[in-house]
Amino acid sequence: MSDVLRRDPRAEWIARNRLHPLHGTVSVGDEAEVRGPSGLLRKNPHKVGFIGPNGIKRIDRLKGNGNTVAMGRRSSGPQEVLLPLHSVEQPDFYIVVVPDMVGGRLTSQDKDILGQAHKLARGIEGGNEQQGAVVAVCFGESKEEGFDTAGVDRLILLDSEEYQGFCPEQQLAALVQIEASYQPKHWLFPDSVNGGADLGARLAARLGERPAVQAWQVDHETTVSRGASGSIDISRTTPHILMLVEECADPIDETRHEAQPLALESIPRAIAQLQDQGQVAVDPNAIPLAEAEFILSAGNGIHNWDQFHDTATALGATEGASRVAVDDGFMPRFRQVGATGTWVTARVYLAVGISGAIQHMQGIGQCDKVIAINTDAGCDMVKRAALSAIGDSEEILAELLKLAQEHRAKQSEEGDQHAA
Amino acid sequence: MQPEGKRQVQDHSLDRSLDIVSLISIGQHPQSGRVRRAEQDGRAVELGMNLAEKHTVLHAGDPLQQALRSYAGMGLSEVQVLDLGPRADAVPALVEYLQDHRPDIVLTGVRAESGESSGMVPYLLAEKLNWPVVARVADIVSVENGVAELLLALPRGQRRALKVPLPFVATIDNAAPEARQSAYGPGRRAQVESLDAVIEDDQTRSDWVEAKAKPRPKRLKVVKAKTAAERFKAATAKPQGESGKVLKDMPAAEQAREIFDLLLEEKVIS
Repeated sequence: MSDVLRRDPRAEWIARNRLHPLHGTVSVGDEAEVRGPSGLLRKNPHKVGFIGPNGIKRIDRLKGNGNTVAMGRRSSGPQEVLLPLHSVEQPDFYIVVVPDMVGGRLTSQDKDILGQAHKLARGIEGGNEQQGAVVAVCFGESKEEGFDTAGVDRLILLDSEEYQGFCPEQQLAALVQIEASYQPKHWLFPDSVNGGADLGARLAARLGERPAVQAWQVDHETTVSRGASGSIDISRTTPHILMLVEECADPIDETRHEAQPLALESIPRAIAQLQDQGQVAVDPNAIPLAEAEFILSAGNGIHNWDQFHDTATALGATEGASRVAVDDGFMPRFRQVGATGTWVTARVYLAVGISGAIQHMQGIGQCDKVIAINTDAGCDMVKRAALSAIGDSEEILAELLKLAQEHRAKQSEEGDQHAA
Repeated sequence: MQPEGKRQVQDHSLDRSLDIVSLISIGQHPQSGRVRRAEQDGRAVELGMNLAEKHTVLHAGDPLQQALRSYAGMGLSEVQVLDLGPRADAVPALVEYLQDHRPDIVLTGVRAESGESSGMVPYLLAEKLNWPVVARVADIVSVENGVAELLLALPRGQRRALKVPLPFVATIDNAAPEARQSAYGPGRRAQVESLDAVIEDDQTRSDWVEAKAKPRPKRLKVVKAKTAAERFKAATAKPQGESGKVLKDMPAAEQAREIFDLLLEEKVIS
């Protein structure tokens, strides 16, 4: 339904004017006014108005006109706006972005870089009658659903078995193949510790190109990048390969893109000299709280602290706490999450018995997925959480502990079978 | 994350001991801008000193640079320097040196603290020498039968184990063990040996304009509202994310199962 209110002034006027010949045909709410047998207008005071939501009688002096207005506004909720589609049918050139895809999703830096790629494409198009497409090359399993709104015109998704895990040499082989088949104008990488900088440097060395590293102000002619550990700005002509810092450009937010899959010839299998032995188990409590990936946090609702510590160990989570738990002496001060404690960046934050004071919510502002276990369904933490369980924390933690231990046992069994 | 005592370094072949070259650069203090021992290069030297019997510390640049003494003060008897001018490209000289000496492992920092600091030198060396390159190493656990076992530093304090055949180039992350303290006297007494090198000027860089870094503009929160009501709401309203799934009136076991499934899906439990 449209948000625009349509009033009918004539109908309103007829409703107001009871001498109008059509007055009877327009609805004026309940029949509070009737012509008596003598021709006099009789008003029934009991039929005037209606009972409001709080049980109080309300009299509608607007004769039903105000009511319809309110009804109309209530029915149309927030609307999904369909953004205009930016389509590229025959791209004359390509700009390739290789996003980090941490946890299978585009990071905010990836989105900024996609925005930067479009800015570059517009700059190149401005000079001549060409149209460029932004290609995203994603390795490994993808959980991202918003490729179209992030600004991906063409998508190369390499998720076969050889791209799982740590495989920079195979990824490099794929990028070299893309360079050979599509000759992109520019390669954009995030300059990040998540592998973007490494892959970009590998490609630059293989192609013999000189990349711009730590680039932060880029257009189609000049690039400004940081050098000497961030103390100087280097201006140069925009090179073929760029590694961009965070917030280099604004992400795409006003258009929708096609995100069409782009065909790629078979990629040769690279000879892997780096043999991945998998991730090493790290003591989760040795990781600084600010950079821990998975935090199990305790608040006032925890009574069985031994069980909490056991669960954290079994799940492999770093322990956090709310201010109350720290003030009561159950947890050390450096474990406190929130405005006075540590601002955490965990991807998954499991809050047990924390109702969510505003200071605490500030501290978890950057967390991706929040899970709440609480007895109060109306608390702020439940409103923030992606998944919340309402119930006694001790029972749920006990079940969670059991599940985690079963999972561990099953895995070690499988490991033994593999070894045998 | 391996305790010091468990480190096993054995000769990968019978006739040669492990030969490591650590490449050092001139660091720059982040606040004062004074020259110093570079943070990551210091860690590379530390790792090399702990691992190898034959350890060469190599710098490409000015042999009279005083910051080299702070590396030497870590207990080195000598520092080798490929004598290059300030405009010269370090890579051809280093490639020539490494081709002549053929070490087993080349250690560098991730990025230099002065100059372009693009972090490309290890990659270019590896490409020219046709060796594998490993980025962001936290520790070298063992070297056995020509294969090194490394620990890579991943974001969020995680580690990845990796096996690489010798020879290879490795960049050392800040997660590696900290460099030992530098002593002034031994640093003064150490020899700085100057070597002749191929000098190729860096042509591309002469076209660049270098200036003191400008502070980057902060990103503003732009509200793209079409009506006054929307602008008012954006200015006053508390951002209200729609709350997710709420599990209510369910047995605790089912609730725990749902939570556990989400944790598995997010891959925080392996």
